[in-house]
Amino acid sequence: MSLPHLLAHAQTHVALSAAALSAGTATGVPLGILAARLRGTRGAILGLVNVGRVIPSLAVLTFVVPVLGVGFKPALVALALLAIPPIAINTDLGLRSVPPAALDVARGTGMTAMQAFARVEWPLALPVVLTGVRTAAIEVIASATLAAFVGAGGLGEYILRGLQAGDPALLLTGAGAVALLAFAAEFTLALAARRAGERTA
Amino acid sequence: MLLGPSGCGKSTLLRTVNRLVPLQDGRVLLDEADVARADVTTLRRSIGYAIQEVGLFAHMTVGENVAIVPALLAWERSRVAARIDELLNLVHLDPHRYRDRYPRELSGGEQQRVGVARAIAARPPVLLMDEPFGAVDAIVRASLQEETRQIARTLQTTILFVTHDVEEALRLADRLVVLRDGKVEQYDTPLAILSAPATPYVGRLLDARDVIRRLSLLRVRDAMVPGTSDATMPEILADASLRDALDAFLSGAETLAVRAGASRIGTIAYENVRRALRAQTAVGTLP
Repeated sequence: MSLPHLLAHAQTHVALSAAALSAGTATGVPLGILAARLRGTRGAILGLVNVGRVIPSLAVLTFVVPVLGVGFKPALVALALLAIPPIAINTDLGLRSVPPAALDVARGTGMTAMQAFARVEWPLALPVVLTGVRTAAIEVIASATLAAFVGAGGLGEYILRGLQAGDPALLLTGAGAVALLAFAAEFTLALAARRAGERTA
Repeated sequence: MLLGPSGCGKSTLLRTVNRLVPLQDGRVLLDEADVARADVTTLRRSIGYAIQEVGLFAHMTVGENVAIVPALLAWERSRVAARIDELLNLVHLDPHRYRDRYPRELSGGEQQRVGVARAIAARPPVLLMDEPFGAVDAIVRASLQEETRQIARTLQTTILFVTHDVEEALRLADRLVVLRDGKVEQYDTPLAILSAPATPYVGRLLDARDVIRRLSLLRVRDAMVPGTSDATMPEILADASLRDALDAFLSGAETLAVRAGASRIGTIAYENVRRALRAQTAVGTLP
């Protein structure tokens, strides 16, 4: 397989992972906020989220494919479900670790609940939330390999074909490229988290 | 000044004023207006609030922290910037050095100063302080106390101050409320409370006999202000004790003329007695 071929698959891999991570963040963050905010919902939400964490993505795929068919969509759903737990858990953790004194002062100086959240709680929680996003990104990029099994393409193609053809070179190409992508994501997000957290750390 | 042991309800009482703690019964009046009827957001923005943990916002610079209330009140940018520098100067932090730093780069004492600056940023007529100097060492605390007194005097701010530190209460209070188990034991000026504790508990807490004993060891001569006196002023002997002076003040005199032999050599007022007591405390002669 040629280099353009590899790049095209890498692109699919990245697009799929990014979409799944975005969907996971869009769901995980509100879930985390809800868990931190509404006493009583916390156990239920985090419990549910952790169940999602235990189910392997491959198993999720086998459930999703009969409903959504093959291709990009089922892979996206399975990967987004994978991304939710670390993001929701860290959002909850980040919000609950905001110092009580900061909240007391925020209220005492006359911030409305919305202002206190936007100006104090969220910025203070953000570094922890970003750590969750980072964990999710690594898991998603690694697991996006499975997308090849449902015909969504990506770098998993190499691993799939390498396995079928018994070709270690193909296997290694796929695995190496995935590792490289995961590493790049880790690096970028770590940098972003450090920037957000450097004042508070 | 609200004084009492931990758990006596002094913080709770303080926090009913800006309604962080809701009242179950009774009323809190500020300038004869019931705080329960005020809009809670407006009310809180008009009352300064400083607490022991300081609660600086770690993701904001010192300047941004100080400007919290002005920002909420939507002051103009240039006015906010000028106010930040003014306030930092007021609490003895060089604006150029501190404005753009983050709270974690500051010492405990510096953080407390920023906390005070933030609390008075929008010139609140009332300032609530909950053990604001509890977390700093004795030397820093003493200078912060003195600065706070001056600031309150300059800005004509009424401070409601919570402490469990008897020395701090005697040093700073104009009027003192002694609390125990959620009940007011006594409410009066510090010297009146010292000379006549309403309950045995108040006497023990303030170690009143000891303070009075110390006053009886200090002489008027050492605490007076040299100079001329008014003919209408009641007299006290230069070698009388401050305890005698205190008795005169408690029975209504404002300023006494000090007599040594045949001549009057100076005057002494209530404030001079307090200052003498403070000076004695500051050099560490206290048990």
